[in-house]
Amino acid sequence: MTPRPDEPEELPIRADDDVVRVRQLVRTYAQQVKLSLVDQTKLVTAASELARNTLVYGGGGFARVGTTTVDGRTGIRASFHDEGPGIPDLSLALADGWSSGKGMGLGLSGARRLVDEFDLDTAVGRGTVVTVVKWKR
Amino acid sequence: MVGEAEHGHRLTELLRSNTDAVVAGWVEAVATTLRGRTTGAELERDFRELFTSLLPVASGDGRDLTGHSYAELRSLLGELSRSRARQNFSPTETASSVFALKQVVFQLVDDQDDPELFRQALAFSNLLDGLGLLTFEAYARAREEIIKEQSEQLLELTTPVVKLWEGVLAVPLVGTLDSARTQVVMEKLLEALVETGSEHAIIDITGVLAVDTQVAQHLLKTVVAARLMGAECTISGIRPQIAQTIVALGIEFGDIATKATLADALRHALRREGVEVVRQGERRAV
Amino acid sequence: MERVPILKIGGVLLVSIQIDLQDQSVLALQEDLAERISATGAHGVVIDISAVEIVDSFIGRMFATIASISRLFDADTVVVGMRPAVAITLVELGLTLGGVRTALDLERGMKILETLGRDRGRTGREAR
Repeated sequence: MTPRPDEPEELPIRADDDVVRVRQLVRTYAQQVKLSLVDQTKLVTAASELARNTLVYGGGGFARVGTTTVDGRTGIRASFHDEGPGIPDLSLALADGWSSGKGMGLGLSGARRLVDEFDLDTAVGRGTVVTVVKWKR
Repeated sequence: MVGEAEHGHRLTELLRSNTDAVVAGWVEAVATTLRGRTTGAELERDFRELFTSLLPVASGDGRDLTGHSYAELRSLLGELSRSRARQNFSPTETASSVFALKQVVFQLVDDQDDPELFRQALAFSNLLDGLGLLTFEAYARAREEIIKEQSEQLLELTTPVVKLWEGVLAVPLVGTLDSARTQVVMEKLLEALVETGSEHAIIDITGVLAVDTQVAQHLLKTVVAARLMGAECTISGIRPQIAQTIVALGIEFGDIATKATLADALRHALRREGVEVVRQGERRAV
Repeated sequence: MERVPILKIGGVLLVSIQIDLQDQSVLALQEDLAERISATGAHGVVIDISAVEIVDSFIGRMFATIASISRLFDADTVVVGMRPAVAITLVELGLTLGGVRTALDLERGMKILETLGRDRGRTGREAR
């Protein structure tokens, strides 16, 4: 069954304070759908990581946030788009070494653990789109 | 169905011009069974609303109720079923609210003594059958929702966090631990630590039947989270079989304190709190 | 960009984070703290995050950085008031705070710093 994207909202990610705005937007949507406090926190934290990546590694872009309903389940879908260099080595990016601070620092693997669905679409020279979904339990 | 359209008109017209009488008859047919649990006024209001949405589709035969034209009816019946389910009416009582309309309509048609009208009434009866089934399904879904809510409440109740001492909380885990349950426990314990300002927590797994990797990981995460908040956790109640399983699974508890009994864990926590328990008459710490 | 205020209470610097921190504010806080510790000779730093709802990897690393900076000035750092949801998320994220000390609340945090300062022979010393 194809998901019904319910009119997502877009936010540009061009500066530091945009990351804060993305957090606030995601939190609003999460509260609207009545995600539990812990799930809200996880989703917003993941969004913060991904928005920062878009800014710092992607050279800026935008986020798209909205509610989604599939087979009776409701959740929040957020995607992060940039037209940056793309990620050359996915296995490295998704590895857990980032938290030591020495790794690529992409925080992707961490963010992935905080959400229910995680999709990464990237290619060198084409930019990156990361899409995450958190369902209401 | 196209040929029925002009004929369907007749029944619809009859129903429309006798709205008040039909609704009143409908309410009366149902009131006896639902007496006391819902007021006549409520029934009148609900049924009038249903009746109004029935009129536009009364010429159909109810073969496909998923269509757009039945949307409002579906929604109204869904609402009705949900509220009946929550009020603890039986599924029969709920569905019979719809079926009761049949006898009223047939009574009305009978008085007209018109065979064509009678045929239309039969088709209408099929429609009502379909709608009655819809209410049944909506009712079943509502009951499932209620059961889910209740089991969540039960989950809350069966994971008590108890205060053993000033600054020492304990959570006795019992039975099978699944992911959902362990997370609830984790959250409750951490909240309790903040609320009571306790720096020590004991997670007792004496009553836990089996520990697998997932459960162990959840326990570990709870302990690490508590540490991040500035509190220490001890895991107690490690039975010999559990100990063997943990080692066999290669689970490392690292520097997290684990004790065989709750008593040992309490002693450990008290010591860390700087509390010494001494038996009367003796000057020796217990 | 909002700068997080730093309060001086005796020989301890108190940072209470009340706003949604953007990355620049984090960096500014690190700078400001380094300056204040040096200027005051404080023996301890308390970071109160009881009002903080989100701690991501950047903010998490800030705590470790501040602790390292403090150590260079012979001061201790304690992070207090972490909310359960934040703790649970940090664990899932896989972020350790690099052994930064934590306490349930401000009172306990101050007590810890007092003890540590005494052990180092730092408390009782006049602040510059």
